[in-house]
Amino acid sequence: MFELLGVAPQALFAQLIVGLSNGAFYALLSLGLAVIFGMLNVINFAHGAQYMMGAFVAWMLLTYAGLPFWAALVIVPIVVGAFGLLIEKLLLSRLYQLDHLYGLLLTFGLALIIEGVFRHQYGVSGLPYANPLPGYLPLGFMNLPYYRGFAILFSLIVCLATWYTIEKTKLGAYLRAATERPDLVQAMGINVPRMLSLTYAFGVALAGLAGVLAAPIYSVTPLMGSSLIIVVFAVVVIGGMGSILGSILTGFGLGLVEGLTKVFYPPASNTVVFVIMVIVLLLRPQGLFGTPK
Amino acid sequence: MIDLSPAQDRTAPQSDLATAMLAVRDLHAYYGESHILHGMTFDVRPGEVVTLLGRNGAGKTTTMRTIMGIVKKRMGSIAFEGQELINLRSDLIARAGLAYCPEERGIFSSLNVTENLLLPPVIKPGGLSVAEIYDLFPRLKERASSQGTKLSGGEQQMLAIARILRTGARFLLLDEPTEGLAPVIVQHIGRIIRDLKQRGFTILLVEQNFHFAATVADRHYVVEHGHVIDQFENSQIAANKTKLEAYLGV
Ligand SMILES: Nc1ncnc2c1ncn2[C@@H]1O[C@H](COP(=O)(O)OP(=O)(O)OP(=O)(O)O)[C@@H](O)[C@H]1O
Ligand SMILES: [Mg+2]
Repeated sequence: MFELLGVAPQALFAQLIVGLSNGAFYALLSLGLAVIFGMLNVINFAHGAQYMMGAFVAWMLLTYAGLPFWAALVIVPIVVGAFGLLIEKLLLSRLYQLDHLYGLLLTFGLALIIEGVFRHQYGVSGLPYANPLPGYLPLGFMNLPYYRGFAILFSLIVCLATWYTIEKTKLGAYLRAATERPDLVQAMGINVPRMLSLTYAFGVALAGLAGVLAAPIYSVTPLMGSSLIIVVFAVVVIGGMGSILGSILTGFGLGLVEGLTKVFYPPASNTVVFVIMVIVLLLRPQGLFGTPK
Repeated sequence: MIDLSPAQDRTAPQSDLATAMLAVRDLHAYYGESHILHGMTFDVRPGEVVTLLGRNGAGKTTTMRTIMGIVKKRMGSIAFEGQELINLRSDLIARAGLAYCPEERGIFSSLNVTENLLLPPVIKPGGLSVAEIYDLFPRLKERASSQGTKLSGGEQQMLAIARILRTGARFLLLDEPTEGLAPVIVQHIGRIIRDLKQRGFTILLVEQNFHFAATVADRHYVVEHGHVIDQFENSQIAANKTKLEAYLGV
């Protein structure tokens, strides 16, 4: 069958794995955006910069403190999440009464500032981050690089745990209810402003986590976020703004589609996501998993 | 002009402060620039069912939302069991022991019936158990896994009342629980309110229908233009029927 398509199975599966691991980052990042948008009604334009911060903090922990990848995997989300908490408390929380646009402009401005600071400090050339899991698993039909396999699995677990927490637990019920009627939920005795702060921090922590996971695959540069976030926003539009499960499925799915495009029609691999976005916008403007307004 | 003078003249004598569970004094509230409450003053004593009667737009809902801290711009005094609530955040007011059932019912569409029922956190011991709640509202048990907003209007009202009974709050604010419901359901809600009073709950009830109010309440305050203009014991209702009809425009 592969011969019929003129493609070697090795190449096909290799691209599928690359596609899935890209999809893992799309999923983590669009999930964070969806969580933040769902609760705070803020389109977090700083998400790409926060992802980049995650990769840089991991690099700094390794370079300056000798802390390995596995330690960074735990420390970085906490550090980047705390940075998010600070932003929410100091700035974002003052904008909730105003139009969406203010939150978008604030976070866009923050993204420029964060990127500028890192560019000033580190330039634009990539910094290497050693692969913590070198080598691959020979499967016969393909070689599975350990690290990509790990990144896919880890991201999937984090995404599903987040989905479960929001859709199936008591904490998730508070979040869902506060999305609908924050005033009423607060009048039941829940500290809604604190819940908003922690939700933003959590969404930002997810971006930081994606950054750590990305460090060994992509080179660590101040611009790594802004190039990725464009695709992630397309993923969000395709999946439907604010849908949790939608953002996870769309993230992995589009990664796969990109991988397949690289195999069958390489010139389109960088644009296929945007083509799909246009088609989805034409046929189903609320997104694949969104509910019409 | 904002009238900030103490309103002792209006209704409740100051001596009631000592015995009242909820003592509202000269309460003012604003939506943005609109001044809606103009010195509400009234009391609710422990174990009483007290109503706020009044026409559309009189400020009854605003009074409840102001007591719960949902309306942020407010002045005056709201003392609950001796604790001043006027500057407290909404969630802390709830934790003082007041529970609110809003006029629009506030059932969450992204939560099923059970999740809606279990949503308000238990703030102190002494609330009803889920089994007791299902005894009062058997329909809710049958519909446990339905989406909250798929329920009929009457069922949603039951759910909105039911979910505030588990929290341990002993003071309930019920905003027009009978609005738009069929007579059998109104009767059911009447029985529930009398049952809750038996169990020792204290209830502030907003009503437009004073015939219904007379079947459940101990006392009534008449609200107009954001303040109390008159009050009656329930036993005086019949004697003041014409006056009340004039107040309420029925
Ligand atoms: N969110 C709001 N913003 C501005 N004005 C409001 C708002 N909500 C209510 N009002 C105004 O406040 C006044 C009192 O309204 P409120 O809802 O308290 O009346 P009510 O006595 O509960 O009436 P009803 O019997 O119709 O429920 C009305 O004039 C209303 O138009
Ligand atoms: Mg009302």
